[in-house]
Amino acid sequence: MLKLYSKIFSTSKTVIPTEDLCCDGELELMGKELQKKIQKLFNGSLAIREVDAGSTNACEHELTALGNSYYDVERFGVSFVASPRHADMLMVTGPVSRNMREALVKTYEATPDPKIVVAVGDDAIDGGIFKGSYAVLDGVDKVIPVDFQIPGDPPSPKTIICHLLKILGAIEERNNQKEK
Amino acid sequence: MILVPVLAPLFLGIVRKIKAHFQKRKGASIFRPYRDLWKLFHKDEVISEYASWIFHFAPYLIFAVTVIVGASIPLFSTYFANNLLSDFLVIVYLIALSTFFLALSGLDVGSAFGGFGSSREMTLAALTEGGFIFSLLALSFLAHSTNLFSISASVASLSLLDFTPVILAFVAFVIVMLSETAHFPFDNPATHLELTMVHEAMILEYSGKRLALIEWAAASKFLIFLSLGANLFFPWGLTMRLGLGTIVLALGIFLLKVLVLTIFVAVLESSIAKFRFFRLPDLLFIAFILSAMAIGLIL
Amino acid sequence: MDNLISAQFSFFISLLFLAIGAAGSLVFMKNDKLANWWGNGLAILASMSGLFAATKALFFAEEFTYAVNATLPNLSFVFNFDKLAAFFVLVISFVALLASVYGLGYVKHFYKKYNLGTLGFFYNIFLAGMLLVVSAHNAFFFLIVWEIMSLASYFLVIFENKEKENIKTGSLYFVMTHVGTAFIILAFLLLYQSTGSFDFGIIKENIGNVSLLTKNLIFVCALIGFGAKAGIIPFHIWLPSAHPAAPTHVSALMSGVMIKTGIYMLMRIFIDMMPATELWWGVLILVIGMLSSLLGVLYALTESDIKKLLAYSSIENIGIILLGLGSALVFLALNMKALATLGLIAALFHTLNHATFKALLFMGAGSVISKTHTRNMEEYGGLIKYMPQTAFFFLIGSMAISALPPFNGFFSEWMTFQALFSGIQAAGHFVGWIFILAVGALAFTGGLAAACFVKAFGVSFLARPRSEEVKQSKESELSLIIGIGVLALATLILGVFSGSVAKILTGVVSNLQNFQSAEKIFSTGASLFKLQSGFAVVSLSMIFAALLVVLGAIYFAVFILTKNRKVKVGATWDCGTNLGPRMEITATGFSRSIITIFRGILKPSKQTDVEYRDADMRYFPKNNMIKLEIKDVYGAYFYQPAQKLVVKISTWVKAIQNGNLNAYVAYIFFTLVILLLILVI
Repeated sequence: MLKLYSKIFSTSKTVIPTEDLCCDGELELMGKELQKKIQKLFNGSLAIREVDAGSTNACEHELTALGNSYYDVERFGVSFVASPRHADMLMVTGPVSRNMREALVKTYEATPDPKIVVAVGDDAIDGGIFKGSYAVLDGVDKVIPVDFQIPGDPPSPKTIICHLLKILGAIEERNNQKEK
Repeated sequence: MILVPVLAPLFLGIVRKIKAHFQKRKGASIFRPYRDLWKLFHKDEVISEYASWIFHFAPYLIFAVTVIVGASIPLFSTYFANNLLSDFLVIVYLIALSTFFLALSGLDVGSAFGGFGSSREMTLAALTEGGFIFSLLALSFLAHSTNLFSISASVASLSLLDFTPVILAFVAFVIVMLSETAHFPFDNPATHLELTMVHEAMILEYSGKRLALIEWAAASKFLIFLSLGANLFFPWGLTMRLGLGTIVLALGIFLLKVLVLTIFVAVLESSIAKFRFFRLPDLLFIAFILSAMAIGLIL
Repeated sequence: MDNLISAQFSFFISLLFLAIGAAGSLVFMKNDKLANWWGNGLAILASMSGLFAATKALFFAEEFTYAVNATLPNLSFVFNFDKLAAFFVLVISFVALLASVYGLGYVKHFYKKYNLGTLGFFYNIFLAGMLLVVSAHNAFFFLIVWEIMSLASYFLVIFENKEKENIKTGSLYFVMTHVGTAFIILAFLLLYQSTGSFDFGIIKENIGNVSLLTKNLIFVCALIGFGAKAGIIPFHIWLPSAHPAAPTHVSALMSGVMIKTGIYMLMRIFIDMMPATELWWGVLILVIGMLSSLLGVLYALTESDIKKLLAYSSIENIGIILLGLGSALVFLALNMKALATLGLIAALFHTLNHATFKALLFMGAGSVISKTHTRNMEEYGGLIKYMPQTAFFFLIGSMAISALPPFNGFFSEWMTFQALFSGIQAAGHFVGWIFILAVGALAFTGGLAAACFVKAFGVSFLARPRSEEVKQSKESELSLIIGIGVLALATLILGVFSGSVAKILTGVVSNLQNFQSAEKIFSTGASLFKLQSGFAVVSLSMIFAALLVVLGAIYFAVFILTKNRKVKVGATWDCGTNLGPRMEITATGFSRSIITIFRGILKPSKQTDVEYRDADMRYFPKNNMIKLEIKDVYGAYFYQPAQKLVVKISTWVKAIQNGNLNAYVAYIFFTLVILLLILVI
C-alpha cells in the first residue's frame, strides 16, 4: 500500500490546461446550435451514453482516453453513464450495421428528453470508409435524428473535447471571460 | 431537518474530487452533484410499461425516510433532541424500510439487471443489519440508553480507559457504513459494468425527477452514516445550548469531523479494489464479531 | 346490559354455534352452496361471540371458571377463562372470523369436486377444539380436546384427497402430532404422580411437592410435546408439508393460531402452574428460539413454493416468540419478575402480530393460487397488474412480517430486543453471553426475513408474467378481499396503537398469580412505550405521522418543481436485446447468493443431467436438467436413524411371537411361576 501512495504522490500532474485545448481558430460546429435554455442546463453537468453501432473501436479508444489524467473531461462536468435513462447526450460511433439498427433505435427511445445526439467519427456521419456496403446503413442520421457531428477518423480526444465545449457553449463563456 | 439533504451532495462531490486528485486529475467541482440534481429535475422521464405503482412511489418514500432519519440523529447540537424518533432500532429499521422499497423497485421493471441487483442488495443488507445493530448496541450499553442523543452525551464524558470498546465498535461501524452506502470494498459507485453493480443496478431504470430523488437519498444516506460515525463515537463538539456563536462553532466542528471521515472513505476508495462478492460476508461477520467483543468488554 | 350478556354466556354461545355449524354442515352436505354458507356463516357468528367474550374478559375483568358436574373420576369439565386464556381466545376468534369470511368465497372452487359438508364439519370442530384447548383447566379434559383439535386438523389437511401427496403429508402430520401428544401425556402423568390430581388449580397449589428431578423431566417432556405442535426445530418436519396441503383458510388458521396453542400451554405450565426455577430451562428455550428463527428463515429462502415459504416463515416467528418466552423464564428463575413481564409481553404481542400477518399472507397466497392454479412462485410474475388489491394487502403483510415501521411486526421485535437487552445487562456472565447471541440471531433473522419477503412479493407480483395462467387471472371476489383487507388494516392499527396494546397485555400478565406483585418497569401511553429506566422509548404513531407528513411535503415540493415535465412510457431498458419474461430473476436465483453464503448449514447440492443428441460425440445437448436441492438434514441425521432403531428393536422383539403353541404355553407357565415367587418373597 505504501508503494502505491509513494508512487501516487511522486507522479506529477499532467492535465492539459483548458487554454491549450481549443485555441486554434474557429471551430466549425456541424449542426444546429443548442437552445440557450438547454445549454444552461447541461453546462456543468452532462451525462453521456456512448453507443457503439458497429464501429471499428477506434473512436471508442479515443472516447476512453477522454477520461484519463491528461485530457480529464470530468473537470468540465461531463461524465459517462451506464444506462441511457440516466443520459443527456448519446454519442454514437460506427456506421450503424444492420444488426445494431434496432438496438440504436431502442437506446434513442430510452433516453429522456431533452437530449442531444452526437455522431462521432466519419463512419457515423456518412458511413466513412464503409460507405455503400450492404452491411451498413451509411450514417447515424439515417436511423435517428442527429444534432451534432464530430468529424475525424477517428477524431482525436482534443477535437472531441473542443466540440463538446462548443456544444455546451462553454468556449464562448471562456472567451468572453478572457476578453474581459 | 433540511440540513442533511442540503449538505449531502457536497460531501459526495468532495469524495469524487479527492479520488480525482489521487488519480492525478483535476476532477469536477465539488458542487457538481447539486448541478446534477438541478438538471435531473428539469428532465423528462421515461418509465417502462411494465412498471407498477411501486416503481412510481418508491423514490418518494426512500427520500422521505432519509429526511426523517436525518432529522432524528445528532448533527451539531443536542438541543433538538427528538426523544420519540431517536431510538437506534427505529433508525436501523427505517433504513431497512428504504432498502426494502429500493429492492422492490429494482424487481419491478422486469429487467435482468434490476433483479440481481436487488438480490445482492438484500443479501448484503440482511448480513449488515447484524453488525449495525450490534455496534450501536455496544454504545447504548455504555450510555444506558438507546436514544442517540443520550449516547453522544455519554460517550463525550468517558475516560480514556473506557474508550477501547468504542474504538472496536467504531471499526465495526465503519465496515457497516461502507456496506450500507455502497462504497468500496462492497460496491463501486462509479462502475459501468452491470455485473459488478449492487446499488446502481437497481436504479438503472430511473430517470428524471425520480432519479434525482434516489440519488439525493443515496447521498443523504452517506451523510447520515458519516454523522452517526462522527457524532456517536467522537461526540465532542456538540452544543447543548442555543446561542448563535455556539451553533456556528458546533456546525464548524461537525463539518470538520465529517470531512475527516469523508477523506478517509475517498482515500480507501483510491487504495483498494472492490472485493469479490462472496468475500463480503466474511467482512460483515468480522464487523459483527468486533462489536460483540466491544459489548463483552463493556460488561 | 353488561350483566345480561356476560363473557361466560357468550363463550358458551360460541361453542354452541360451532356445534350447530358442524352438525348442520353434515346435514346439508348434498347442497354445496348451503353447506358452505352454513359452515362458514356459523363459524363467523361463533367467532364474533368469542371475540365478544374475550373483550369482556380482558377489558371488563370478567374472567370466570366454570365446572360441569361429571360422574367420572379424575375427569371434570372445568373451564378457566382468565386473562391469558381470554387473550388467546381473542386471537383465535379474530383470525377465525376473517378466515371464515375469506372461506365463504374461497371454497367456491371446491364446488362439485369435494364434499363441502365434511369441510364445514371438521372446520367447526377444529375451531371448537382450539377454543376449548385454551380454556381447559383439567389435564384429562385438556388431552381430550387437544386430540379433537389434532384429529380435526388432520382431516382438514387431507381434505383435498385426490392429490396423493396430501395423504402422505397427512400421515406424517398424524404421526408427529401423536408423538407430541405422547410426551404431553407423560408430562401430565408425572404431574399427577407428584400432586395427586389432574386439575390445573390443584396442581398449582401442590407444586411444592414435586421433586426437582421430576420437574426437570416434566420440563423436557412438555417442551418436546408442545414444541412439536408449535413447530420448533427439530420437531418441525410436519409443518412445511402440512400447512400447504390444507385448504388456504385452514392453513391460515393452522399457521396463525394452532401452533400458538402450543405456545399457550408452554406459558401456562412454565409460568403459571410450575414457575420456572431453573436457569437452564430459560436458556434452553432461548437456544431453541435462536435455532428455530435462523434456520426457519434460511429454509424459507430456499423455497420457491409460496406456501412452503410461508410455513417456514412461521417456524422463524415461533423462534422469535420463544426468544421472548425464554428470556421471561430466565428472569423468573433469577427472581426478576418485572423483567419477566417485559419478556412475556413481547412474546404475547408477537403471537398476536404473527397471527394477523401470517393469516393475511396465507390468504393472499391462497387467492393467487386459486386464480393461477399453481403453487410454484416461478410461474407467477406481474400479478400486481391483474390482482391489484391482493397485491397491495400482500405487500402490507410482507412489510409487517419484515418488522418495518410503522406496522405491528416492528413493535413486537423491538420489545423482544428490549427484553434481550435487559437480559444482557441483568443476567450473570455466562447467561449474558447467551443473550448476546440471541440478540445477534434476532438481528440477522430480521434482515433475512426482509430478504425473504422481497423475494416472495417481488417475484410473485412484480415484473412480467412468466406463464400463460397468470395472464388469464383476475382479481378475487369480494369476500376474499374483505378477509385480507381487514387483516392488513389490523396490522397497521396494532402498530400505530401499540402502546395501548402493550398496556392491555400488561394487564394480562399481571393477572397471572405470580406476577401480581411485580413492579412496573415501563409506562405506556396511547401509542408510546417507555422503559422506566430511561433505556428506551418508542412511539410508532409518531413514526407513522412523520412518514405521512414528510411524504406529503415531498410530493408537493416535487410537483411544484417539475410541473412542466412529461413522463413518457417506453420499454424496459434491455441493452437493445429482446427482453423476455424468462430473463428476469427467478425465485431460485434471488436467494442463490444467501444459500451459497450459508452453505455449511443448508448443504445445497447441484446435480446435472445432460442428454446429448449423439451419445458418442457429446457435442450438442438435447436436454439439460439441473437439479438444485437442499439436503434434508433432519431426516438424514435425526429421524431416519430413529426410525431404523425402532424397526430394529421391533424385529428383535418379534422373535417372541414365533407362532409355536408350545412356546406360548411356556410363556404363561413362566409368568405364573415368577408371579407366585414374587408373592411369596
